[in-house]
Amino acid sequence: MNVEKTTNLNNRFKPHKSVTAMMLVVLVTLVPGVASYLYFFGLGMILNIIVACITALAAEALILWWRKKPVVFYLKDCSALVTAVLLALCLPSLAPWWLTVIATLFAIVIAKHLYGGLGHNIFNPAMIGYVVIIISFPQIMSTQWLNPDATKAIDSYTAATPLDNIKTELDRGQTISEVTEASPTLLFGEFGAYSWEWVNLAFLLGGIALLYLRIIRWHIPLMMLGTIFLIAAVFHYYDSDNYLPPLFHLFSGGTILAAFYIATDPVTSPNTRLGHIYFGIGIGIYTYVIRTWGGYPDGIAFAVLLMNMKTPILDYVTQPRAFGHPKKRHTHITHKKDSQD
Amino acid sequence: MSTTRARIWPFFGGIRLPGHKSESLGKTIQAHSLPQQLILPLNQHIGLSATPAVKPGDKVFKGQLIASASSSVSAPIHAPTSGTIKAITQHPTLHPSGLNAPCIVLEPDTQEQWADTIKPNAHPLQIEPETLRKLIGSAGIVGLGGAAFPTRLKLETGIENNIDTLIINAAECEPYITCDNALILERAAHIIEGIQILLRALNISRCLIGIEDEMKPAIHTLKQALTLTDETDIRLVETPTRYPAGGEKQLVKTLTGKEIPANGLPSDIGVLCHNVGTCYAVYQAIRHGIPLISRIVTVAGPGLGKACNLEVLFGTPIKDLIQLCGGYVNDKTDLLIGGPMMGYPVNSDELPIIKSCNCILVGSRSTKTEQTVMPCIRCGECVDVCPAKILPQILYWHAQAKEFDRIQDYHLFDCIECGCCDYVCPSHIPLVQYFRFAKNEIWSMEKEKLKSDQARERHEFRNQRIEKQKQAIEERRRKKKAALENKPKNLADDPKKSAILAAIERVQRKKSVADVEPKNTSNLSNAQKRQIKETDERRKNNKSE
Repeated sequence: MNVEKTTNLNNRFKPHKSVTAMMLVVLVTLVPGVASYLYFFGLGMILNIIVACITALAAEALILWWRKKPVVFYLKDCSALVTAVLLALCLPSLAPWWLTVIATLFAIVIAKHLYGGLGHNIFNPAMIGYVVIIISFPQIMSTQWLNPDATKAIDSYTAATPLDNIKTELDRGQTISEVTEASPTLLFGEFGAYSWEWVNLAFLLGGIALLYLRIIRWHIPLMMLGTIFLIAAVFHYYDSDNYLPPLFHLFSGGTILAAFYIATDPVTSPNTRLGHIYFGIGIGIYTYVIRTWGGYPDGIAFAVLLMNMKTPILDYVTQPRAFGHPKKRHTHITHKKDSQD
Repeated sequence: MSTTRARIWPFFGGIRLPGHKSESLGKTIQAHSLPQQLILPLNQHIGLSATPAVKPGDKVFKGQLIASASSSVSAPIHAPTSGTIKAITQHPTLHPSGLNAPCIVLEPDTQEQWADTIKPNAHPLQIEPETLRKLIGSAGIVGLGGAAFPTRLKLETGIENNIDTLIINAAECEPYITCDNALILERAAHIIEGIQILLRALNISRCLIGIEDEMKPAIHTLKQALTLTDETDIRLVETPTRYPAGGEKQLVKTLTGKEIPANGLPSDIGVLCHNVGTCYAVYQAIRHGIPLISRIVTVAGPGLGKACNLEVLFGTPIKDLIQLCGGYVNDKTDLLIGGPMMGYPVNSDELPIIKSCNCILVGSRSTKTEQTVMPCIRCGECVDVCPAKILPQILYWHAQAKEFDRIQDYHLFDCIECGCCDYVCPSHIPLVQYFRFAKNEIWSMEKEKLKSDQARERHEFRNQRIEKQKQAIEERRRKKKAALENKPKNLADDPKKSAILAAIERVQRKKSVADVEPKNTSNLSNAQKRQIKETDERRKNNKSE
């Protein structure tokens, strides 16, 4: 017989779970959300997704080749596709193609590969791509959304998002009730933003599937949504004329998508469960603050990036107590001295 | 014994694994025929190698001592059967390194003649605890769970630390391995008696047997065996079937709620842990006087004809066991010593079975799946399953970067290498290998440091010594000088000096009398006188020149 020594024989008894499978599941669970988006806002979005995907794959292949990495092997992990689709979903339906290309290039080349590729990036690539264009092209980003009713009756074809719309009106000194009465387009739906609520609900469905399949854990989404809901409820109760109701916050803009698909990106979120809880709360607070008092109608991208920065420190301070060790050692950061001194 | 389900304190992490236990459990434990030769490594345990007590050519009896313990951290080795010692030589042994080690080679004579030193004890529980511990030590018993730590030493530390609870590990948590399970099914009463002997040797009465709740037949058998004894303080505790429930730290936590401190021993929290196989060996040694010469080994795996449990004499080559189990399925096979999670691969089936070997796992190339390592995506799956509650992916990060001081801040040395993180990693990173690498690097760095420290100390000591010598010489010289300076100036007072002076004087006097009259010249002839005169003349001339 011929015995061959292998170093990792245990592999033979292992189950088959892989990064590629995880990414594919993420893409599949996005289907209901994307489908409802197409239903309510027309087919514009599908074009965004296609452009983003092609750009992402091309950019990834090129940079992998340039970095002398196995191109096909890394393309197969599908992480670039996930970034592309998530980014496309954040863009206005009528965004010009070059906008999508720029955003995707930034996401893949700058935010992902310049940091070392899959698993090494500090910031969420999709959010970097989004932030770059919302800062560079605010005009397009706030107006090129499709009016939810555009497919039915055309009185205005394009529109701002409900969050944007209301923010503008509130900034002009209007109250929420005045805005809803005077507004030419419907802002409020059954419980969230008009039409957006259903899209968000579909994303929620996908998110729950991810939880069920244990691709993500509950800590970040629940803490993030809970925090937004809680703060919004307090302010809305205190002054319902100037502060939007909590459900509107949850079911408008990108809240649900971000909570389940963007904030939970494992690479850029903390490692410990306690870290996840703080991370979720942090994003919730930042999102609400930016939406309500900041300069941008939807602050999620900034909130995510701001918390990405805190991931290393969250990892450090939330280390669990290792087995057999006395309780809590790391209450402060110890500065490691060089071995020389 | 209590029949109510005892309270347990489940440990954090761990995973559910497919057991693959039934494959080897159906049959009874089989004995095998004598191999042509037995190869007995001198080091089958933790600690120093045993010292051979026989020489090539010696005839030995079954159970005779052939190598004695060389220190307190060592264990003796006995002849598994009667026969002739062929050689004491280097041979590859069952070790992850695969290196050669000194072994005693024994050729069986098939007589199976027992040594006359084998003495059974009818009433083991009346023997003094100290004598029991000595007997256990001289029977060469080591922990049969896998670590092979000398049992007597463990008992002594238990006595020193005044432990109050004995924990018996019957939670065989690794997939495929069923040797303890099979032992319980067939010899439960003997195991219980072994436990009673251990309790007496430890001078305590409380014992908890931890067993996985899915081992139903074994639980039933043990319960029955317990009802036959009058023991009330031995309790059977069912633990959830979750790998690594049988890890010492995890089992103690589950049964007592207490955590063995990091870098500590179970005796620090008043418990001692023994494997059921060890209990049976203790029973054999005390009741029947039979030293540890064989053990139960599970032979299983997808690359094998039929899985089974075998009672194997130490020194039997692996291939004999494989043959008995129907041989290999494929041409290309992998051998793993231990279970699929923590076992180590070996590259030959000529290697002999030793005391610590509980399972031979035969993989098959057809079950191999190609998995390529992807970058870590920090998903945290490993954190959720790590029973040591450390952060494997951060350890991996630092191990990759060879940041060995940082990695210790993240408790590298609390890793028990159970392999749970490896198992769940979606990027298929061999995490445990990275951790072993880091541990080895740190150990060798520490050794280097120790060495250089010692060298430096030696050097400094030498410099000091030389300096001291110099100072001593200087001191002596200084004293002498001072003594000389203090001497009186009058030379005559000094006997040495005056002696010298006298000698000089004597010499000078001798020189001055050199010109005296020549002797015996009174009756010389004139010619002779003239000759002498001429000679004198010449001498004077020569002198004056």
